[in-house]
Amino acid sequence: MTRYIIRRLLQFIPVILISTLIVYALVFAIPGDPIRALAGDRPMSDAVRETLREQYNLDDPFLVQYFKYIWGIVTALDFGSTFNGRPVTDIIEQRLPVTATLALVTLVIQTIMGVIAGILAALYRDRFFDRFVQVSTVAMVALPTLVIGFLLQLVFGLNLGWFPIAGINNGITSYILPALTMAAVSTGILARLVRSELLDSLKSDYVRTATAKGMKRTRVITRHGLRNSLIPAVTFIGADLASMLGGSIIVETIFNLPGLGQQVFNSIQGQEGTVVVGIVTLFVLFFVVINLIVDLLYGLLDPRIRYE
Amino acid sequence: MTESQTSTGFTPGTSPGDAPLLEVKDLQVEFRTKAGVARAINGLNFTLHAGETLAILGESGSGKSVTAQTIMGILDMPPGRIAGGEIRYRGDDLLTMNEESRRKLRGGKIAMIFQDALSSLNPVLPVGWQIAEMFRVHRGMKRKEARAKAVEMMQRVGIPGAEERAGDFPHQFSGGMRQRIMIAMAIALDPDVLIADEPTTALDVTVQAQVMRLLKDLQTEFNMGLILITHDLGVVADVADKIAVMYSGRVMEAADVYETYAKPGHPYTQGLLASIPRIDDEGGRLRAISGLPPSLTDMPPGCPFNPRCEFATDRCRTERPELRLVAEGHLSACHYAEDVYAGTATRTRRPSPTGAGMIDVSEEAPE
Repeated sequence: MTRYIIRRLLQFIPVILISTLIVYALVFAIPGDPIRALAGDRPMSDAVRETLREQYNLDDPFLVQYFKYIWGIVTALDFGSTFNGRPVTDIIEQRLPVTATLALVTLVIQTIMGVIAGILAALYRDRFFDRFVQVSTVAMVALPTLVIGFLLQLVFGLNLGWFPIAGINNGITSYILPALTMAAVSTGILARLVRSELLDSLKSDYVRTATAKGMKRTRVITRHGLRNSLIPAVTFIGADLASMLGGSIIVETIFNLPGLGQQVFNSIQGQEGTVVVGIVTLFVLFFVVINLIVDLLYGLLDPRIRYE
Repeated sequence: MTESQTSTGFTPGTSPGDAPLLEVKDLQVEFRTKAGVARAINGLNFTLHAGETLAILGESGSGKSVTAQTIMGILDMPPGRIAGGEIRYRGDDLLTMNEESRRKLRGGKIAMIFQDALSSLNPVLPVGWQIAEMFRVHRGMKRKEARAKAVEMMQRVGIPGAEERAGDFPHQFSGGMRQRIMIAMAIALDPDVLIADEPTTALDVTVQAQVMRLLKDLQTEFNMGLILITHDLGVVADVADKIAVMYSGRVMEAADVYETYAKPGHPYTQGLLASIPRIDDEGGRLRAISGLPPSLTDMPPGCPFNPRCEFATDRCRTERPELRLVAEGHLSACHYAEDVYAGTATRTRRPSPTGAGMIDVSEEAPE
């Protein structure tokens, strides 16, 4: 078990190196001069531009730039800074809570709604609620996030006025609409997953055994049926949480939430390579860590799986 | 099925004063399928007394397992439907009982062992927990006390190192040990009736004998009525007191086990017995009953076995034979049961040399 965890942790190193290299290369490949873009319409003297180019190693070949960046991280924990001179770590520190809150609210919403809808659909198979879940989940999965976001803003923000349309000035309620938007696709998938897994499980021999043992129906379903059918759901929720940061780029932009996703979007437009790479690296790290946790959890839930 | 037939014997070897433990009367079970209504059980009758072993013998699709599931009340409904009949446990009809009373009997008084222990045990719960659950739910025992009882049951069914192994999961046991755990779970609450649905089919031959021995010992110890569902004639001969041979959801023949083997009173039973491979039969062709059982959605008129029967006549093709007394304690559902029983029945056709079907003797005669 310990050996397994150590091996997995060691695998993180190449994963992170390769992903940062790719992101760095992509930002590097964006055409145009970032310094000129920074200056905008205002005139900028050649001396200033040269100094800035020097400071951010912009005249070095790509690989040299990349290694200087990595070297800075490894030796001085220097994750670089924006062209305005603001350290990337500073930006992350300020913006991470917004994205983390968004992800957490999303996770809670999709887990509760998805799992409950899935269970009820399975228990009332082919009845009205089941059909309703089947149809509504298709819609949730098929509609683009953009459309769902605008729809929620229009109905619950503008028409009904229940929740703020944008920004984060209203505490947790500010996060409800963005979280619902982000949760839509996963709630749909999760409901369908739980439904089919529970139906399979209820047809299984061990559930029949539990009934033959004289257990009450509720006990048969919760202790014997659900226990097994929720294992794949845990895997899905974990993988989804890991990829949520990527989803935050669109949602934070729609709802104007000052989180990491929005920052990545702005930094890509501003060609601030170090910022993009810094945040994306954080996303990647989060992704691999969550995946490791899910794998370990899986082994804990299903005794037939053992790691060595 | 008339009253006189159900009350007549088919309980050979028991004194008439005994109240039956389990009594199945004219049971009818149907399944709704796309092809129509499949009549899986058509008027089934039998009785079971304490300490008695009844073997229900039959091919796949003859209704053996459906019978077991109907008695246990674990039949999937729908698509299943109980179209008629009674199942009486100590005089009370299980089919009209309310669900809560029935649930309490299930597992407690009437228990069942399934064929495939690996899929029938919950893969993610320790075996000790699964046995202990019986005590916790039915007897309201505390976790610790129930676990101690579970270990005791595991020891009783011969699992070595029961104390340490109670925390293990089903996949960590061998096939034979898993079936022992199933048995421990079934007999945990000292049931009156134990239904074993092909309990040894999934096991190695050597392990089969051990498990059957264990079942037999436990039956004697607890004086249980045992219903043994099987297609294995060898198993039946060893442990059963009486046999009910099922075909197309009906009992074709029912009698004492020795009587059935020595003097079968139905052509189907004769065919089954003849199909047992013999160790002294060197290099001969294996004998099989040619043809296939009829479709349950499209039953032939008359005797359901007539398309495969060597003795079938026009009467067999039009008139359905009822189960009736042929000899002392011996029931058969064949128009010519007496002749078959005495070995004097006339063959109307014989198996084709390829074994693919039947050839009418009359058609072949002119050659």
